[in-house]
Amino acid sequence: MNRSDLEAMAQRELQRQQAFRCRILCCASTPCLSSGGSAVYDAINEAIKEGSLDAEVQAVSTGCMGPCSRGPMITVQVNGAEEVIYEHVTPEIGRQIVAQHAAADAPNREATPEVESAPSLSKHVLPGDIPFFVKQKKIVLANSGLIDPERLEDYVAHNGYKALAYALREMTPEEVCREIINSGLRGRGGAGYPTGLKWDMVRKARGDKKYVVANGDEGDPGAYMDRTLMESDPHRVLEGMAIAGYAVGAEQGFIYVRGEYPIAAKRLERAIRSAERRGLLGSRVLESNFNFRIDVRIGAGAFVCGEETALMASIMGMRGQPIPRPPYPAQSGLWGKPTLINNVETFGSIAPIIQNGAEWFASIGTAKSKGTKIFALAGKVDTTGLIEVPMGITLREIVYDIGGGIPDGLAFKAAQTGGPSGGCIPAAHLDTPVDYESLRALGSIMGSGGLIIMDEHSCMVDVAKFFMEFCMDESCGKCVPCRVGTVQMHRLLERITDGSATMQDLETLKELCVMVKETSLCGLGQSAPNPVQSTIHYFLEEYEAHIRDHHCAAGVCTLDKRPVTEWVHA
Amino acid sequence: MSVVTLTINDELVSAQEGETLLSVLHERGIDMPTLCHLDGLSERGGCRLCMVELEGSARLQAACVTQVQEGMIVHTHSERLVKYRKMILELLFSERNHVCAVCVMNGNCELQWEAAKIGMDHVRYDYLNPDLSMDASHDRFVLDHNRCILCTRCVRVCDEIEGAHVWDVMGRGVNSRVIIDLNQPWGTSQSCTSCGKCVQVCPTGALSAKGATVAEMEKQHNFLRWILDGREKNVWSYGNGK
Amino acid sequence: MKKIKFATAWLGGCSGCHMSFLDLDEKLIDLADKIELVYSPIADVKEFPADVDVTLVEGAVANMDNLELAQQIRARSRLVVSFGDCAVTGNVPTLRNKLGVDDLLTAVYHEGPGRHPTGGDTVMPKLLPKVLPLHQVIKVDAFLPGCPPDADRIWAAVSALLAGEPVVLEPEMRTFG
Repeated sequence: MNRSDLEAMAQRELQRQQAFRCRILCCASTPCLSSGGSAVYDAINEAIKEGSLDAEVQAVSTGCMGPCSRGPMITVQVNGAEEVIYEHVTPEIGRQIVAQHAAADAPNREATPEVESAPSLSKHVLPGDIPFFVKQKKIVLANSGLIDPERLEDYVAHNGYKALAYALREMTPEEVCREIINSGLRGRGGAGYPTGLKWDMVRKARGDKKYVVANGDEGDPGAYMDRTLMESDPHRVLEGMAIAGYAVGAEQGFIYVRGEYPIAAKRLERAIRSAERRGLLGSRVLESNFNFRIDVRIGAGAFVCGEETALMASIMGMRGQPIPRPPYPAQSGLWGKPTLINNVETFGSIAPIIQNGAEWFASIGTAKSKGTKIFALAGKVDTTGLIEVPMGITLREIVYDIGGGIPDGLAFKAAQTGGPSGGCIPAAHLDTPVDYESLRALGSIMGSGGLIIMDEHSCMVDVAKFFMEFCMDESCGKCVPCRVGTVQMHRLLERITDGSATMQDLETLKELCVMVKETSLCGLGQSAPNPVQSTIHYFLEEYEAHIRDHHCAAGVCTLDKRPVTEWVHA
Repeated sequence: MSVVTLTINDELVSAQEGETLLSVLHERGIDMPTLCHLDGLSERGGCRLCMVELEGSARLQAACVTQVQEGMIVHTHSERLVKYRKMILELLFSERNHVCAVCVMNGNCELQWEAAKIGMDHVRYDYLNPDLSMDASHDRFVLDHNRCILCTRCVRVCDEIEGAHVWDVMGRGVNSRVIIDLNQPWGTSQSCTSCGKCVQVCPTGALSAKGATVAEMEKQHNFLRWILDGREKNVWSYGNGK
Repeated sequence: MKKIKFATAWLGGCSGCHMSFLDLDEKLIDLADKIELVYSPIADVKEFPADVDVTLVEGAVANMDNLELAQQIRARSRLVVSFGDCAVTGNVPTLRNKLGVDDLLTAVYHEGPGRHPTGGDTVMPKLLPKVLPLHQVIKVDAFLPGCPPDADRIWAAVSALLAGEPVVLEPEMRTFG
C-alpha cells in the first residue's frame, strides 16, 4: 500500500458510510460493556434486521463517548440532522431508537407502533450542548466513540495513517523530532518530560538496534485513560509508535498492556495484524524503506511495571523490578539498546501534531504545558467519565461544568490527582489551572490522569491510608525504604484511624514520608508519601482531631481503640 | 583509562573513569555502610544505605550504582544522610524477626554490626513479627526467612559466579521471599550444586551451615576474589599454561 | 555526699541482665558507696518509691502488670534506662507475637504437654496482645543493648549516669545480642 492507496481506501470507506441513511454508534468500551452495552448492540442489530433496514441503517460498535456513568451510551447520526446522544440505554430503548430514527423517517414506510413510546425515549436523550461536551477539546480522543476500533478502514477514513505517510515521505527523522520538540508535547505518563527531547536523545544515541516502547500499564486506582485510548482507537497509538520508530531509527516496537485489559490487548493485536496486512506496519511501511514491527506484551498485574525500567525488565522476561537510573532507557534500555519509552497517550498525540503542525498544538494549553490532557473523572461528581480538556482549564470548570458538580447538595472537599503518587487539592485551590507546574506547586502531580473528586463524607486520613495501602501492596520489594517504609507508614495511618495513635506517631509519620521520598529507588517509593504529605499539609486539623479528640468529622473512621499508654485504669 | 577528579567531603580525589563512587569511597577508607553490595557481585542498589548527596542533583544517589564523574562534588556523611541510614536500619530490624540473641550469626552479622556502628540502638517502628518458616531440608545448609533482608546476594552469587541460578525472589513488597528453584524445599532441588557460595555471602543468619548454633556461624567472602581473579587471569580456560 | 537513688526493675525477661549486673563484682563495692538501691528484684521493696534518680529496666512489656509498673517507674524516676535486649527490642519474649494471645495460650497450655493451669483469669496478669519494647510504652532516656549486656557495658553506662553524663557507648558495646 502506498499513499494513494491509502487515500483510495479512505474514500471508499467514506462512501460506504455515507450510503447509510442512519448510523447508530454503540459504545463498546469497558464501562459501557459492563453496564450491558453488548445486549443493547445486539438488540439494535436485531431491530434493524427485523425491520429489513440493513441497507439504510448501520449499527456500529465504537469506542468510548465519555460520560461513562451514564452508559450504555449511544450516538445516532442521521443524514442531514444533528447527532442525538442517548444515555442509560437498555435493549428495549435501543429498539425504540431504531424505530424512532430509522423506521420513522423511512420515506415509504408507515410509522411503527413503537414510535408511540417516543416520549419515554426523550428521557434518555443527553443534549449535545451540555458543558460536559462543550468544555472538552478532543484531540487524542477525536476518533473515540466515532469509529469502529476493530476496522482499519474506519480509522483511515478519519485521516488515519496520513501523518505516518507524510512523515515518511516529506520529513527526515530529525525534522520529526524537531516538530515534536516545537509542539511542546510533554510525557503524558505523569512526569511531564519533554517528548521531543527524549526522541532526539534516542535518535542521536548510538546502537545497532533501537526500540520503541508504549507504556500501557496503567494502574492508578480509578484511572482508565490509556485503556480507553487503546480500546477506542488502537491505530492511533500504533501510528504514533511508527512515527516514533521512524524518528529514532527503531524497527521494533512493543506495546505493554496490563493483564487486566483483555479488550484493549485484543483490539491492539487485531489492529496490528490488519495494519501489517495492508503494509502500514511491518516490512517496507507504505512502500518506503522503513520497517517497523509492533508486538504486544501483556503484564501480569504489577503496578510497578508502569515504571519504565521495571516495564522493560518485564518485557525482557525478567522479574518486574526497577533498576537505578542513570543509565536512562534512551542510552541503555531493552537488551542494553537505546530505547524510547512513552505513555500510550503521548503516542496518541503524535499523529495530530504531524498532521496539523507543531504551532497548532502549541497554541493550545498554557505556557509550559501544551495541548490537551485526558482525565478519568471519578468520585463524587454528577457525571463521571473520561474527558479530554485543554491544559490550563481550572479544576472548578472540570468539577462543576464538565462533571456537573457534587451530587446531593454536598460540598466539594478535595480533588485527588495523580493517584497513589499524587496529592489532594482542597477547595481553596479550585481555580488553579491544571498544568504540570501548577499541580506540582500544590504538592500534587498531573500524573497519568486519574482525577478523584471527594465531598465532605470523605475522611482525608482514610484517603491517605487507602493510597498507602495500595503502594504497600504494590511495592516490588527491591529497596528497603519503599518495601518496609510503606508498611510502617500504613501502620501509623491505621493507628490514627483506629484511635490508638499519639501525637508522636504523627511526627514519626512525617519523618518517614520525607525519608522514603528521598531514598527510594524508583518513582513508586519516591512518590508514595505524596498523598499523606498533601493531606497533612491541607488537612492537618483532621489528623489532629483523630488523634487528640478521637473524632472523625466525616464519620468514616471507627476510632474504637486507645494508645497503649492509656490502657492501665482504662 | 582516563582519570577523573572529584571532590568528596571537601577533599579533592582522583579516580579511574568508570569506577563506582562506592569503590572510590572504600579505596579512600571512607566508611560507608552497605548490605546488598558485595565486591565481586553485580550491584543492586537496593539497601539504600550508601546514599550520598551530589551537589547539583536534587536526588540522593546510591554510591554503589553511581559512576564517578569529572567535577562531581560528593557529601557522604551529612546529618540528613546519617539519619536516613539509621532509619533504614530501623526499618530492616522491624521487618522480620531479627532476634540477635538467638541467632547463629550473633557477633558476626553485618546487619547487627552496621546498626551498632551507626548508633542505631533502638527501633522506633512497630516490629512486624511476621510468621516465617525455616527450610532445613538440605543436608548441609539451613535457610531461615526470619533473618533474611532480601539483599539477594545469594541470588546473584548463584547466578553470576556458580552459574546455577537456583535462587530467585517471589512475591512482592514486604511479602517477597527468596526461593529455591520453583519455591521448593532446598533438599529437593535438582539444580543446587551444594557449593555453599550463597551461605558464605549471606550477610545475616538467613543462610547458615547446618549444625551451627547461636553465634557459631562465621562467613568468608575471599573465595569470591579468588574466583574472579582466576577468571581474569584465565586460569581455568582450555589451553591454559601453554 | 548525697547518694544517688538507684533502682532496677524486672519486667518480661529472664533476669539474665540482673545476673550480669552482679558480674560487676568488686565494682559493686564502689557502686555501693555512691548509690542507694531503693528498689530492685534483689532488694525486698514492695512498692516502687518516689523521687528515684536512675532506674535500669530489664525485660519487655508483656502484660498489664509490666505496663503498670513501667508507667509508675517513668512517673517516679528522673532517668529511665532500657537495660538489655528485652527492654530495648523485645527480644526473645516477642517470639510469641506472631500468635494472638488466645492462640498462644491454646498452643502452649491446651495443646501443649503440660497440665492446663486454672485461675488464669483472676490471679495471672492479663497478657498484652503483643510484647512491646519499653520505649513503645514510656519515654526512655538511654539504651543499653546486649543479651545480656556484659559487665563492662553495664559499668560504662552506669558510670556515665553516675557522673551525670549522657550514655554514649562504643560501637562494640552497643551491639544487640
